[in-house]
Amino acid sequence: MEVSRDMAEKILEVDDLKINFNTYNGSVQAIRDVSFDLYKGETLAIVGESGSGKSVTTRSLMGLLAKNARVEKGSITFKGEEIIGKSETQMQKIRGSEIAMIFQDPMTSLDPTMKIGQQIAEPLIKHQHYSKKKAWDKALEMMKLVGIPNASAHINDYPHQFSGGMRQRIVIAIALIDNPEILIADEPTTALDVTIQAQILHLMKDIQEQSGSSIIFITHDLGVVAGMADRVAVMYAGEIIEIGKVDEVFNFPQHPYTWGLLNSMPTTKTERGKLEVIPGTPPDLLNPPVGDAFAARNHYAIAADEKVKPPFFKLSQTHYAATWLLDERAPEVEPPLEVQKRWARFQAEHPEADRSKAVAVENAAVLGNGGGK
Amino acid sequence: MADERKKLVELQGLDITFNEGKSNETKAVQNASFDIYEGETFGLVGESGSGKTTIGRAIMKLYEPTNGKILFEGEDLAKLKKRGKLSKFHQSVQMIFQDPQASLDLRMKVKDIVAEGIDVNHLAKNDADRSKQVEDLLETVGLNRDHSSRYPHEFSGGQRQRIGIARALAVRPKFIIADEPISALDVSIQAQVVNLLKELQQKQGLTYLFIAHDLSMVKYISDRIGVMHWGKMVEIGSADEVYNHPLHDYTRSLLSSIPVPDPSVEEQRVTIEYDPTDELDGRDRQMVEIAPQHFVWAGEDEIDGYQERAREFGLID
Repeated sequence: MEVSRDMAEKILEVDDLKINFNTYNGSVQAIRDVSFDLYKGETLAIVGESGSGKSVTTRSLMGLLAKNARVEKGSITFKGEEIIGKSETQMQKIRGSEIAMIFQDPMTSLDPTMKIGQQIAEPLIKHQHYSKKKAWDKALEMMKLVGIPNASAHINDYPHQFSGGMRQRIVIAIALIDNPEILIADEPTTALDVTIQAQILHLMKDIQEQSGSSIIFITHDLGVVAGMADRVAVMYAGEIIEIGKVDEVFNFPQHPYTWGLLNSMPTTKTERGKLEVIPGTPPDLLNPPVGDAFAARNHYAIAADEKVKPPFFKLSQTHYAATWLLDERAPEVEPPLEVQKRWARFQAEHPEADRSKAVAVENAAVLGNGGGK
Repeated sequence: MADERKKLVELQGLDITFNEGKSNETKAVQNASFDIYEGETFGLVGESGSGKTTIGRAIMKLYEPTNGKILFEGEDLAKLKKRGKLSKFHQSVQMIFQDPQASLDLRMKVKDIVAEGIDVNHLAKNDADRSKQVEDLLETVGLNRDHSSRYPHEFSGGQRQRIGIARALAVRPKFIIADEPISALDVSIQAQVVNLLKELQQKQGLTYLFIAHDLSMVKYISDRIGVMHWGKMVEIGSADEVYNHPLHDYTRSLLSSIPVPDPSVEEQRVTIEYDPTDELDGRDRQMVEIAPQHFVWAGEDEIDGYQERAREFGLID
């Protein structure tokens, strides 16, 4: 489903968010100046490796940050209302009912001692004050919707009586029963086999089309992103380093880290030989590097990368990348062959795409009201 | 061709049944027969519970076959009883595990973790030799020599997996079973470890059994691939042939579910459904060579159908 940013209603805006964690060793700068927005009915994928800040970002949306976390600055606006600073009681009204979450491991997110019917019905009883009978009827309906066969016979079963794929369907039913505006899916299919993964992803898309919810999809699997997302944000060392429509990020990627990600994962078409790698490991966020955080692992790094943090360069109304390579003073570089092929395909379809016309913009420009029309 | 290469591991009609005769009897592996040639990488794919790990462990001699046998360098594992032969076998076959965090003892220094096999098998002449061997191994797997006096928690996930690889290499094995060696690692680190495994194979002539559920990675690293479903090996062939010209319905379904990192491909993706109940119709099936070196688990009357498919792909005339 194609969602136009100009038409759709913006339901979430994260503006210049900075979150630190206080530890014995000092303060870990987990989220560093992150801005993005989310529109009604769209799927935004956040991609990155562990420690890049994708899970911390979404936990902050739910008000579920650990005790030692501190929001240094920035704001999170949900339907025009500021979330940061809300009390736990206020957050409980939003959590589960307006913003719901699906976790990676369905076994640990279900209560093993509770009948699944009761677990699915609970949000309705808690948030909407449904009677038990009415809530269970709705739960049964939901079980059918998420494709649990012979639902009425299984509503009194316990989680251990289901397979992994069925359990994840139950988790999805719980998350969706209250018709949330935003569904946050944190690696929802990573623990599942590929055949089951395909079914679950298909189910999520179907339900989204019916309910019109927005999805924030967190994953490291670029294949899954390509099939699910309308827009993609790539995170590295606590920052968004590239954001754009799925087609733009996959086929006209600009940041060398995005190149590296696309290049280091083999597909079934990859020729045998040596796999391109991103050398080294991500930086320590106790003392994040000064310039481009990826510079130390980057073959394409230029002198500026080590001194000054690059701003976002605007490639289109929707596509932004934070890399000095897009600056007019930067030398011409040749991206990896695989990326060159992607560019060629993209430029054949979008003749207007031209990286030499990219201009530096303010961080806030990635938000629809600043950068959009 | 492949026939003339030396067979390192041979599985002949291997059955492994857990809880035999009880109500919870599980046939984890049924009638599996295949060979692993010296110097190759044999990839094993299939969903969880299909029996991949059980086969790996059986080759490690951690499970006794219920029926059938496993030969290593031509010798039946079940008949390896003498102490000398057993320890020689355990030196020849090593394993790399999925979770590098859980498979390293937190209280031991890297030096002692890596050297454990050296100590058990008395492979070091003296203390200095032991240290030198460990440090050489660390260098081989891309770590620093002075890392040997550190503890596992001081390393990242990718580095810990390198320690696990160094430990496996310490006893100079011929055959390494890598059970999901990269699934706990980040994308950018996975490629580093896979390249290391390939490099080691070339330099030391190792043979791998590579078990993983990441189908793209298995295709990339393997020479030949076996596809398992519900304890049965349903298809075996060269990596390219199995992926580009799958013959069995399950393989087709599995391959059609792999997500591709390209939005335009994903938009057009059609997944093929597979009805596993066909397997339970009680027909007598076995591995049949449909095309040269390409085997499918088929019953008498199904062979024609598979040959027809192979003909369509141009695998046979």
